[in-house]
Amino acid sequence: MNKFVLHTGIAAPLDRANVDTDMIIPKQFLKSIKRSGFGKNLFDELRYLDEGQPDQSCEGRPLNPEFVLNQPRYQGASILLARENFGCGSSREHAPWALDDYGFRCVIAPSFAEIFYNNCFKNGLLPIVLHDEKVDQLFKESAATDGYQLSIDLERQLVITPSGEEMAFSIDGFRKHCLLNGLDDIGLTLQHSDDIRAYEEKRRQQAPWLFDAIK
Amino acid sequence: MAGKTLYDKLFDSHLVRTNDDGSSLIYIDRQVLHEVTSPQAFEGLRLAGRKPWRIDANIATPDHNVPTTERSGGVDLIVDPVSRIQVKTLDANCDEFGILEFKMNDHRQGIVHVMAPEQGAILPGSTAVCGDSHTATLGALGALAHGIGTSEVEHVLATQCLITKKMQNMLVRVDGELGVGVTPKDVVLHVIGVIGTAGGTGYAIEFGGDVFRNMSMEGRMTVCNMAIEAGARVGLVAIDQTTIDYFDGRPFAPKGEQWEAAVSQWRDLVSDADAEFDAVVEIHAADIEPQVTWGTSPEMVVGVSGQVPNPDNEKDPVKVDGINRALKYMGLQADQKITDIKLDRVFIGSCTNSRIEDLRDAAKVVKGRKVADNIMQALVVPGSGLVKAQAEAEGLDKIFMEAGLEWREPGCSMCLAMNPDKLGNGEHCASTSNRNFEGRQGFGGRTHLVSPAMAAAAAVTGHFIDVRELI
Ligand code: SF4
Repeated sequence: MNKFVLHTGIAAPLDRANVDTDMIIPKQFLKSIKRSGFGKNLFDELRYLDEGQPDQSCEGRPLNPEFVLNQPRYQGASILLARENFGCGSSREHAPWALDDYGFRCVIAPSFAEIFYNNCFKNGLLPIVLHDEKVDQLFKESAATDGYQLSIDLERQLVITPSGEEMAFSIDGFRKHCLLNGLDDIGLTLQHSDDIRAYEEKRRQQAPWLFDAIK
Repeated sequence: MAGKTLYDKLFDSHLVRTNDDGSSLIYIDRQVLHEVTSPQAFEGLRLAGRKPWRIDANIATPDHNVPTTERSGGVDLIVDPVSRIQVKTLDANCDEFGILEFKMNDHRQGIVHVMAPEQGAILPGSTAVCGDSHTATLGALGALAHGIGTSEVEHVLATQCLITKKMQNMLVRVDGELGVGVTPKDVVLHVIGVIGTAGGTGYAIEFGGDVFRNMSMEGRMTVCNMAIEAGARVGLVAIDQTTIDYFDGRPFAPKGEQWEAAVSQWRDLVSDADAEFDAVVEIHAADIEPQVTWGTSPEMVVGVSGQVPNPDNEKDPVKVDGINRALKYMGLQADQKITDIKLDRVFIGSCTNSRIEDLRDAAKVVKGRKVADNIMQALVVPGSGLVKAQAEAEGLDKIFMEAGLEWREPGCSMCLAMNPDKLGNGEHCASTSNRNFEGRQGFGGRTHLVSPAMAAAAAVTGHFIDVRELI
């Protein structure tokens, strides 16, 4: 998993409440056997004017010019500004996979659906909860300024605006530790590699047949 | 201090460490992989630049999506594109990482939970996982076996460990002797009827008592397979001579001196006499008759001499509602006799009941009889290529085909209808599988769970009948 320490990037405002996981990545794309490549179908129904099909190339599909991510000024955005209850719906991890694959590293909203919020951390994506008014202010500023960028300082738990204003956010200490160090569950377990090897060594003495190769 | 249960012993001998948050890291000796739940795990590894911790701890085979009709044309001829891609992806991942896989047309291919024990790949005293809830089957071997999700499949591939919490211990004792025509499937359906589909939640269930001691390994697998249908992720049977004999000579079982050493350790894989269980359920074997599920949950089960329940006799409003909904979906009347339920299809197969003893049981009943006119299809799907070969060597395939049943290639087939074997809307099926959920065997399909002998009896009579009348 990617580390998240300090990040600066363009912020794109998605002005809509209750964006559900089906809106983030519509269900026809979930049959894939992959966890990458969902970025091109992120927000598919909002982003394109036609109906997207799995395995279809998105080159040449008619874009919805109204949709925020299609506007030239938000190209390359890596921070998503969202409204309340972002990520509601199913528990599938495809939603954070799609956001991550598109290039987002962080979503800022007044509230998130719980499972989605948890799934973000498993995938190196930082969900930040800010007060309604702060989110509103960011929406206004980003609309007013071309190329509006935010900086996220995870160590200090701050969102920093171009004018230098610092907005504090809170985050669970354990999750912060994992993100700062790029640790997912697997990464955490691998920190105990020595224990695992020691166990294998001991067990191999006791029951060598369990270590006979399957081949 | 109280002694240890079998589950305690298996858990403790695999504990790598206890994490700060109270969860445990346990070592996994074997992982079994199939095509549905592994692709994103492999891709996760690749994306993170990780390697499997121990390649030689894994064994794979495709089962859910494979066609059960003639398939010498290979994977390219699988009609459904999603099925084809899943099978091909498993092949490609196993080739890339060097994992042993029995591919679709290998004679050892089969349903994961049939293939792995048959190969001796899951040994007593080991831990095993698979991205599939019926991994509980393997507990019959005296192994601690968990079903896991895709992100855990990736975790086990990368670390050879699973993060887990210790479960509680439940003992289900069935003492006495089973009547003629009463099989392991009837025992486990009856148990689920008694404790309910959530009765085992949070527990590892150990099946003990005379009935399991006298049961074959295949029967024990049938029982443990459905522990999950009682809510328990783990089902176990203690080791005895039957277990040891089962492993003798299997391809991946220890040999020579190692065999002697292993057997002497395995003999300790029983719950201590003074072990304490958190819950104990006692059942008398004599109370169990051949079972049939009438509803849409495995706990909606009665003996074949019984009738469909009447919601008027039930007080709990939640249950009344459940009965009414199930009656409607199943197209049945309250108080209807089980033997009056007419059937459209019969499915003999799945990881619950597709082993050689199951096929023998079914063949014995259909021998010299014909499939009833109202049955439009009766499928027999062996659990693995080796089961199929054994059955053919015994001439069971001929018995089935002469009676008008179809003899197929191994796979999951109509158990969950991911391949073309499906029920039509509204059709009733006597099925030896393990789940009778709405739509499980096809949209609108109506599943009745039964033993292989009962399914065979239904095939030749066209409705449910007490198999004891035919044997
Ligand atoms: S036979 Fe059915 S229950 Fe068993 S693994 Fe296949 S689909 Fe799952």
